[in-house]
Amino acid sequence: MSKVLDERLESEYKYGFYTDIETEEFPKGLNEDIVRLISQKKNEPQWLLDYRLKAYRHWCTLSAPDWQYCRVPELDLQDLYYYAKPKQKKKYDSLDDVDPELLETFEKLGIPLAEQKRITGVAVDAVFDSVSLGTTHQEELEKVGVIFCSISEAVEKYPELVKQYFGSVVPYTDNYFAALNAAVFSDGSFAYIPPGVKCPLDLSTYFRINAMNTGQFERTLVLADKNSSVNYLEGCTAPQRDENQLHAAVVELVALDDAEIRYSTVQNWYAGDKEGQGGIYNFVTKRGMCKGRNSQISWTQVEAGSAITWKYPSCVLLGDNSTGSFYSVALTNNKMQADTGTKMIHIGKNTRSTIISKGISAHESENVYRGLVKIMPSATGAKNYSECDSMLVGDRAGAITFPYIDVKNPTASVEHEASTSKISADQIFYLQSRGLDRDQAVSLIVNGFCKDVFKTLPLEFSVEAVKLIEMKLENSVG
Amino acid sequence: MLAIENLSTTVDQNTILNSLNLKIKKGEVHAIMGPNGSGKSTLSKVITGHPAYEITGGKILYHTNQGEIDLSELEADERAKNGIFLSFQYPVEIPGISNYSFLKECYFNLCQSQGIKAPSEEDFKDLILSKMKILQMSEKILERNVNEGFSGGEKKKNEILQLLLLNPKLAILDETDSGLDIDALKIVADGINQFRNKHNSVLLITHYQRLLNYVKPNFIHVLQSGKIVKSGGFELAQELESKGYDWIEN
Repeated sequence: MSKVLDERLESEYKYGFYTDIETEEFPKGLNEDIVRLISQKKNEPQWLLDYRLKAYRHWCTLSAPDWQYCRVPELDLQDLYYYAKPKQKKKYDSLDDVDPELLETFEKLGIPLAEQKRITGVAVDAVFDSVSLGTTHQEELEKVGVIFCSISEAVEKYPELVKQYFGSVVPYTDNYFAALNAAVFSDGSFAYIPPGVKCPLDLSTYFRINAMNTGQFERTLVLADKNSSVNYLEGCTAPQRDENQLHAAVVELVALDDAEIRYSTVQNWYAGDKEGQGGIYNFVTKRGMCKGRNSQISWTQVEAGSAITWKYPSCVLLGDNSTGSFYSVALTNNKMQADTGTKMIHIGKNTRSTIISKGISAHESENVYRGLVKIMPSATGAKNYSECDSMLVGDRAGAITFPYIDVKNPTASVEHEASTSKISADQIFYLQSRGLDRDQAVSLIVNGFCKDVFKTLPLEFSVEAVKLIEMKLENSVG
Repeated sequence: MLAIENLSTTVDQNTILNSLNLKIKKGEVHAIMGPNGSGKSTLSKVITGHPAYEITGGKILYHTNQGEIDLSELEADERAKNGIFLSFQYPVEIPGISNYSFLKECYFNLCQSQGIKAPSEEDFKDLILSKMKILQMSEKILERNVNEGFSGGEKKKNEILQLLLLNPKLAILDETDSGLDIDALKIVADGINQFRNKHNSVLLITHYQRLLNYVKPNFIHVLQSGKIVKSGGFELAQELESKGYDWIEN
């Protein structure tokens, strides 16, 4: 996999291609009829339609948030398609029946789906625009009772599980984009790990936005039952276009007693060109609930794409002794803007959380860390450690840190460390005098800066992350 | 090997080197001595290509397999790829990068640029360990981040380790003796002597004679106000040590 990825990542934005395939789209714009149409198209049960409608009506009462430290141009949400799916004659029985052109698309992205070429050790759910094309390795997972499929399939086959947990971590009332997503979400991935099972494969969702003027609104729900564990990986790309596109996903994780979920994202959406034209608006709500005792959830993200990133993968530490972690590298270049961070909500006793955030800003980009650590009165003995480091590359970029700390229990201990640094000319000269060129020198220094985060990624992903960061920082030091 | 002709440089508009001339041949060891602020460190950085120093006149000619080139046209990394090495007076820290992966990256990168087949990881490890043995370094230093928290002696030994590993044609050693106790000084000098051969050259920059007692130079030059004011053999160092730099001025 890494070799394929190496080649993929060698030049500027290699994923910028467009797959010319006929798509089935609903009319542009958003109203109750569109919501009903989506639900109907997917043969959804009444409860889900009702849920969507409630969310839609709630959303109508909200206005877009304006508190983030980004210049977000006004979004005309009526000018978007809310449903786009590649035309197909019948439902696919297996992934091998998928349109060859689509399979080729994923192969070009380094994610071969065809049976004989699949990546070993990773099961992939491939989401193309609004639909999941299929999920690899399903038989292998079934043997140990792991369910991994599209959320639409889960609604049909496992209604009780979905009904119980869907929206339980991120309710539609949570925020503007979560409400929008709940109303119009089209597909996404669902995973359930039964009690006592260590998932034998890494599970992975790969998101691809292809169609024009389409919003992608997918939902991911991962449930780890008692004493189970799973690694979940997420990757994303989109074609290179002059228009901006909206991605407003919701990811919910639930860990029961003694369960562990590790969720890693390498985000490489198209970020726009040098002048800031085009690119994805990535407004995502990700949250994990440590529901059970001793449960653990960790988020690792490498954010290197999107014109605007606005996301805070968070943990609600409800179970006693539960642990939440957030490891993040957010890199911005050109005119990208990122307002990202996390929330750690301590409710249970002796809950612990760790935040390691590394922001790198190059060119004229703005990189904001925003984090909340909240210790509720019930969280006796809670502990948090936060470290937020920013690195500036060049002299036109900005880095800002907004830590919010709210402690309501006197036995809690909260630590916050922050630093801002610049790559020094002496460091670069030192490495150059050993024969490394400027780009190699910068990437070595940046890799060292990000090491604490990269080491938490699965190997394949960390190789990809390193390459991605190197590519993004090429020629960034004048 | 190296011919510096009428070299003048400025940094932040201050003239540091003023029409300096210096010729170093293959197999020779030269020492530059001089008081603080005479331009010794500047000379080392100009030869190796630090971007802060602007060359306002003269040339730095360097002999390569492809003939003579003017170094001032090359970036620092290209000079390194052509076999020029600087041992830093103040080695720089690179947080988060282990010394081992740093050494490996530098070594493999040079192999690649010089069209030499890179060794296997195992052979490379053996190579490093054999060089570390010469310098009596503990293996633990490979796991630590580059120069981070190193003692003064460890830093200087680590520079000489890179010298032995990267095996350049021209080694410029900027005050490698400063901050070393007498035992470490001998070990480091031993390392430099192991490096010396009839195909390469060394330029030692130092305040004191003590390193020169262990690494015997062929020529000694005294640098003052950006110019070489006196050149001679080893006896010049002894004379300087007893009479001080003022002796030259008068």
